[in-house]
Amino acid sequence: MKDTRFAHLKDIPSAHLLGAGTAMCAGCGGLLAVREIHEVLGDRTVFVNAAGCMTLLSTYPFTPFSGSFLYTAMASAPAGAQGVRDALDVLARKGRLAPEDDLSVVVLTGDGSASGMGLSATSAAIDRGLDFLYVCYDNEGYGNTGQQASATTPLGARTATTERGSVASKKDLFGIWAANRPAYVATAIGSEPVDLARKVEKASKIRGPKLLLVLAPCPTGWGFESDQLVEIGRLAVKTGAWPLKEVEGGKIVHTKVPPKRAPVEEYLRAQGRFAHLFEPSRDEATLASIQQSVDAYWRTVTVG
Amino acid sequence: MSRALMTGNVAAAWGARLANVDYIPAFPITPQTEIIETLASWVDEGLVDAKLTMLESEHSMVTAAGAAAATGARVFTATSSQGLLYALEMLYAVAGWRVPFVMVNVSRGVASPITLEPDHEDILAARDSGFLQLHAATCQEVVDFVLLGYALGEDPRVRLPVLVNEDGFQLSFTREPVALPAASDIAELLGTFDPMGSALRGGNPTSQGIAVLDPSAYSYFRYEIHLASRAALAAWDEVAVSFAEITGRRYEPVEVYRADDAEVAIVAIGSFSTKLKEAVDRLRDAGQRVGLVRPLLLRPFPDAQLREALAGKKGVLVFDQNLSMGKGGVLHTEVCSALYGARGAPPIVASFIGGLGGRDLPSEEIYAMVDETLAAVQRGEAPPPRLLFTHRELTQQRRLQVIAGVERAKGGAP
Ligand SMILES: Cc1ncc(C[n+]2csc(CCOP(=O)(O)OP(=O)(O)O)c2C)c(N)n1
Ligand code: SF4
Ligand SMILES: [Mg+2]
Repeated sequence: MKDTRFAHLKDIPSAHLLGAGTAMCAGCGGLLAVREIHEVLGDRTVFVNAAGCMTLLSTYPFTPFSGSFLYTAMASAPAGAQGVRDALDVLARKGRLAPEDDLSVVVLTGDGSASGMGLSATSAAIDRGLDFLYVCYDNEGYGNTGQQASATTPLGARTATTERGSVASKKDLFGIWAANRPAYVATAIGSEPVDLARKVEKASKIRGPKLLLVLAPCPTGWGFESDQLVEIGRLAVKTGAWPLKEVEGGKIVHTKVPPKRAPVEEYLRAQGRFAHLFEPSRDEATLASIQQSVDAYWRTVTVG
Repeated sequence: MSRALMTGNVAAAWGARLANVDYIPAFPITPQTEIIETLASWVDEGLVDAKLTMLESEHSMVTAAGAAAATGARVFTATSSQGLLYALEMLYAVAGWRVPFVMVNVSRGVASPITLEPDHEDILAARDSGFLQLHAATCQEVVDFVLLGYALGEDPRVRLPVLVNEDGFQLSFTREPVALPAASDIAELLGTFDPMGSALRGGNPTSQGIAVLDPSAYSYFRYEIHLASRAALAAWDEVAVSFAEITGRRYEPVEVYRADDAEVAIVAIGSFSTKLKEAVDRLRDAGQRVGLVRPLLLRPFPDAQLREALAGKKGVLVFDQNLSMGKGGVLHTEVCSALYGARGAPPIVASFIGGLGGRDLPSEEIYAMVDETLAAVQRGEAPPPRLLFTHRELTQQRRLQVIAGVERAKGGAP
């Protein structure tokens, strides 16, 4: 990646644009990503939010954001972004908005909203070429309501509505987004801050719809100790369960290819939501199926 | 001021044009579509200096409308029926954001069964959302109420979005003479949209639409919306005076037509009032003391003005073009709640429901309703609610049911 100000961890600003003391759980992977994204984007940013855990970041009369925040509803955050962007554009054209008053418009929603009731609003925002960044923090379930299964819950994961593990596979939101041909699509994770910062930086230099799907390890919903957040994230990448990639010029490019993929079991074992795959007895079929789908994915990846 | 023949839909578009709106989020639905098509062509021709964006649903459309108003743009939008219901979550939400804008609803019955024809079930579903609600009876009122809507909604005491209702077909597709105010006069009346310091801006971080964690804070903000809506009654008096200075048309929250000395007052909203006035004239010709009392505003509800207009009447006849399932007419309930226990409240308030899904209201039915109300006055007891439906209609319906039964027995399409 050329033209980036982010080569090392120390390059990432730490202006603490996202304040501390929020209602999020300790060790929240979504919050980590939002913090990193806010640092890169700066304070002339408006976060247009859909119902989910991050909705409780701003609770009257407090907000941790140095930028602005607009809560919409579970289904229509991209439409809220459209209204804000359109209004800023028309006011600028009519001379009622000083250039320094402009904002970059960011949608912030969970996976449930992004892959379910918010998908038509997202697809339509892409159709219209809306100049915005969509940040989906993917905690693989309806977290705010107690981690029920969403379309992006992975195979085998126990949730509040899949006690014996999800029998459905994780929906390929990245693929759906990419098929809509936005200006930019990428995956990221908070435990890879340099990769994430570069992607946000890159997105912010491109006009049009930019979408960032961030895996958000969730101690509460996934069943791990808060201090394991970064470790879980690293395992997700190291095992190949969470590929880091972006679409450039219509081609998928992997930004960080695990040199020698660790068995996905290492990632699964670390999380309570997969415990039933190991105890009281190993569920070999499901474990094999999960490993196979990871392997099958990486077989399609041509590196270099 | 210029005069032209136009449909209610074109009148609605003229309202947006004269208000010099900045932003029009849109989505098609019959019988509203002509409004956005008209505006789209005016935007293309440079006659309206606004951005028009087609959304993918009314839920998104109202979200975009509220978000743009929260960013400091003057916004116009329009919908109807299923679209209004689809957007309902966002109606409540954006009212709570306290963002003024105007949305025209071209009223149409709601499914099921499906209909394209008018009644008030759609608009009344939005009754409690926090939007102010104005009900036009003529194409002239459509354009006037859009303009009054901006003045009211943007008033510092109010700061709420506004629904202007025009009846589908009866107004939307009917051409009537409309006097258009001069753009310069309206520019003076409305000025440029003032976001009053709360717009989303770089360097001025704000949070909007956010959660409260404590029930007292929730109650406080909900009461604030209610009080702001009530404040629109006071604002109305001033706004209506300024509007009358420009146009010569003075609107009161409640129109009183030949009702001052009436024994029986008919209460109704919307375009059927034209028919009702005609019937009042005929009944007056025949020596009956009947009048019409028409609320222009449904939210805030003009309780005091209604009480005054109806005080001393022997009987009131409320005509509802809607049906609250399991209860009855919404307007009837509202009128009763305004009157009950008030000094001089009429002892009889009769309820009639008709005009559903485009059903006509023939004059004979109006006369029959008045007769029935007078009979109730004589008896001293209000009649049970009446659903207007004739024997002829019932016979026809029975015939359709027979056909449906035969078709079903044949195993044809359901
Ligand atoms: C229309 C609507 N339906 C349901 C809800 C309840 N609800 C609030 S948050 C949420 C879960 C959202 O899941 P996701 O988008 O993944 O975000 P997360 O909670 O995981 O952060 C649900 C179902 C709602 N707010 N609005
Ligand atoms: S439930 Fe999960 S995603 Fe939600 S705040 Fe807690 S850790 Fe974060
Ligand atoms: Mg989620």
